[in-house]
Amino acid sequence: MPPIPQQQAHPSGDNRFKLLDRTITKHQSRGDALIEVLHAAQGIFGYLENDLLLYVAHALKLPLSRVYGVATFYHFFALKPKGKHTFVLCMGTACYVKGATGIQQAVEHHCHIKFGETTPDDQVSLVSARCVGSCGLAPVAVVDNNVAAKLTPESAVARIEEWQKTKEEVPA
Amino acid sequence: MAILTLTIDGEQVSGKDDESILEIARQHGIHIPTLCYIDGLAAVGSCRLCLVEIEGSPKLAPACTTKPQEGMVVRTATERLQRHRRMIVELLASEGNHQCAVCVVNNHCELQNLAYDVGLTYVRFPYLFPKKTLDASHKDFIIDRNRCVLCTRCLRVCYEVEGAHVWDVAGRGINCEIISGLNQPWGDSDTCTSCGKCVLVCPTGALIEKGEAVAEMEKKTDFLRFIVTARKKKEWINMDSDEE
Amino acid sequence: MTVEDLKELAEQEQERQRQFTHRIFYCSAAGCASCGSSGVRNALLKALKEKGIEKEVSAVGTGCMGLCGEGPLVRIAPDGTMYQHVDEAVAQKIVDRHILNGEKVSENLVDTSSPFFSSQFKIVLENCGSIDSENINEYIAAEGYASLAKVVTEMAPGEVIDEIRKSGLRGRGGAGYPTGLKWGIVRKAASEQKYVVCNADEGDPGAFMDRSVLEGDPHRVLEGMAIAGYSVGANQGYIYVRAEYPLAIERLRLAIKHAEKQGLLGNRIFESGFNFRIDLRIGAGAFVCGEETALIRSIEGKRGRPRPRPPYPAERGLWGSPTLINNVETFANIAPIIRRGSAWFAGIGTPKSAGTKVFALAGKIRNTGLIEVPMGIPLRRIIFDIGGGTPEGTEFKAAQTGGPSGGCIPTEHLDLPVDYESLTTVGSFMGSGGLIVMDSTSKMVEVAKYFMDFCVDESCGKCIPCRVGTVQLYNLLDKISRGEGTVDDLALLQELGTMVKETSLCGLGQGAPNPIFSTLRFFRQEYESLLRPVEGFVASPNAQKTTTNA
Repeated sequence: MPPIPQQQAHPSGDNRFKLLDRTITKHQSRGDALIEVLHAAQGIFGYLENDLLLYVAHALKLPLSRVYGVATFYHFFALKPKGKHTFVLCMGTACYVKGATGIQQAVEHHCHIKFGETTPDDQVSLVSARCVGSCGLAPVAVVDNNVAAKLTPESAVARIEEWQKTKEEVPA
Repeated sequence: MAILTLTIDGEQVSGKDDESILEIARQHGIHIPTLCYIDGLAAVGSCRLCLVEIEGSPKLAPACTTKPQEGMVVRTATERLQRHRRMIVELLASEGNHQCAVCVVNNHCELQNLAYDVGLTYVRFPYLFPKKTLDASHKDFIIDRNRCVLCTRCLRVCYEVEGAHVWDVAGRGINCEIISGLNQPWGDSDTCTSCGKCVLVCPTGALIEKGEAVAEMEKKTDFLRFIVTARKKKEWINMDSDEE
Repeated sequence: MTVEDLKELAEQEQERQRQFTHRIFYCSAAGCASCGSSGVRNALLKALKEKGIEKEVSAVGTGCMGLCGEGPLVRIAPDGTMYQHVDEAVAQKIVDRHILNGEKVSENLVDTSSPFFSSQFKIVLENCGSIDSENINEYIAAEGYASLAKVVTEMAPGEVIDEIRKSGLRGRGGAGYPTGLKWGIVRKAASEQKYVVCNADEGDPGAFMDRSVLEGDPHRVLEGMAIAGYSVGANQGYIYVRAEYPLAIERLRLAIKHAEKQGLLGNRIFESGFNFRIDLRIGAGAFVCGEETALIRSIEGKRGRPRPRPPYPAERGLWGSPTLINNVETFANIAPIIRRGSAWFAGIGTPKSAGTKVFALAGKIRNTGLIEVPMGIPLRRIIFDIGGGTPEGTEFKAAQTGGPSGGCIPTEHLDLPVDYESLTTVGSFMGSGGLIVMDSTSKMVEVAKYFMDFCVDESCGKCIPCRVGTVQLYNLLDKISRGEGTVDDLALLQELGTMVKETSLCGLGQGAPNPIFSTLRFFRQEYESLLRPVEGFVASPNAQKTTTNA
């Protein structure tokens, strides 16, 4: 395996690794900072691909299997790229009681994929969350980082249709 | 260290305060079923088969991680415990793809022995038939995750004794899996020393040697206490003897 | 900083606030933020500037005001008028009519004399909605950090623990372990290094109490932790907060920075020998990390898998050192107890459950939001007086407390006092404070299935009863809910549920069957009506036996 440079740019020339190194240095390359470092890595790169996990493992001097084990234990970490848009449906109790299942079915039917998947054109990722904490506004979804409150199956599908419309308008 | 007296299944026994109830019971010939526990590795209390009743405590306690107390009254085989144990094995049987007839460890399998032990003859739960992977990329060994019971002995022996930490658990819940490296083929692992300890401690046919036929492979776990004692204390004990 | 400096700072800030004729508080917590409170803020600032009164009237972003379902919310001081559904146009009207002409904007008025407000009793939330949570001076002006000052300069650690013990405070994370007792154990543990950990991994679906406290009054939690650190002999604290709460994380970061700058955290606090630092650790989406041994593993950067207890974290916790773990609401109660005395606190609530409890009201209820009530208040009053009952045309069926390990409480137990022991007698438990109301449209088998699905998803996979048992419980519930279950399946459901409850390693598995037991206890006929008769053949060798048992 190639040696991992500590301070200069990544061999690939990707300077985002410099940014990651800053977090690693802040935690003195301690193995117990693994989760903090994975947070930073995902924030910088969007998702955790194998190269990145390898880089983190070497930098923190951790076994590869442990890094992979941690990255797959926590649902917040993504090992695959997400779609251009994400629709995070809250499946917390309050949302469930107020009809989140109906929204789930309508959205899955509309996108022809299940929650946890991304459409083949990489446009829309459907994600389910365990309570985003906006129970007063149930049922809610986090639509591209904005909370959409008091949704209905129709209004949820309409949100996704908007994305799909804008995609069609943009010339390839 | 102190010597304590306690009662296990009505029998007055004594043990050291840094030993577990399981160790003390075994020293006195009292059998408690186990799966994740193996002499020589850290106890994790995850299979829940060795749960025992302790008088005065509303909760069941894993014998492998519970330390004795003076005057403690322990029951290891009440009807309730036996019922729970049978159901735990029943759940395990439903979880994996355990086809004894085509398994190289048939008749030498700890899961199979447990089923006899707890009197399991029928599985009432639907079989989950997981679609797990078989990896034969290693030159000497095979891992068949369909037969894995997630006892984590392999990763503990690799980490605690060999020191390589090739294995870990990935995912969570019912999707947990033993993986090597970054979920790479075992044969691609740079860190595996091919020492084979993981294969020897595996209680089922999940980790096996290549070239064995059905019911041919017998696993030996005694080596573990030998090697741990040798490494820690520089003492090379007689593996055939029950004495420490 | 000295105690005198703190007093001076408080007086300066109080004086600054007195300069304003009005203070307009707008809720900037997550609930109102998601329905447009940042637009309200901009509109208020613009209107004040246009009228040239930005020096006399201030607009202050605060934490949760409680009535989350009707947001964005705005409150005016000094008169206490409250407005709901405030948008940019209403904000303009508030400035034009209320501030300039003393005339209320009647269309958006909230009736603050209603039981939703009058039946509440606020200790933990006393500052939520009335201070700027990003301004440490406002907390100090509201007697903030005075308790820490008193503790560090006037009290011995043992005295503090005695005071907490006498107050009767019990852990607000759900189990209700006496807080003073826990502190005492950590204090007695012999070790050079000890830690204080705040569990802010609020994972119960339907619960947002801790988030609201962290967003609305973060310094209160820091102060409580520092007092704990002083009492147990720890110099380092960690707050483990879930990644799903970005605003809470941001406010905590800011609060820690401000407190360090003022010397309220760090070395030689109040010029004493007491040092205490607090660091944040961000969760990554694992409910099981709310379990204390899993939480410790997660702070150590590992998979959040619980381990058997004992040893308890109080003896062996973070990196093997004695560790005090309390939840957000528990720490939020500490400063008021020190400030007003244990006798005052012990006098609130019931003899065995002192103080108040914060609940997040949600589901089929008119007033959804955040409330704080004295312990021992009947459930009926929470749901019908404070919550306003179920929406028109629907009928109350059950209230669910305790999250995925809790239970459903039906109509016949509505007069039950809400305290740790009473809830247990009906098969539920206090939990962290989520309270979900269900009406006649909720099907209880589906509700049980929903919670089991949650547990399947969140099981860490370490122990067999939880890893496989929850999946098979789910399968049985699914079978029954599809009308394909038999009386044998129902018996097996109970048998397996009992096993999972008694043998699982941690609270997640031990509590997972509770929603089944609780719905079976009160709504058994809903299960039975779905069963199909056994026809022709016997389903399993045990069928005869289980049928007679059932």
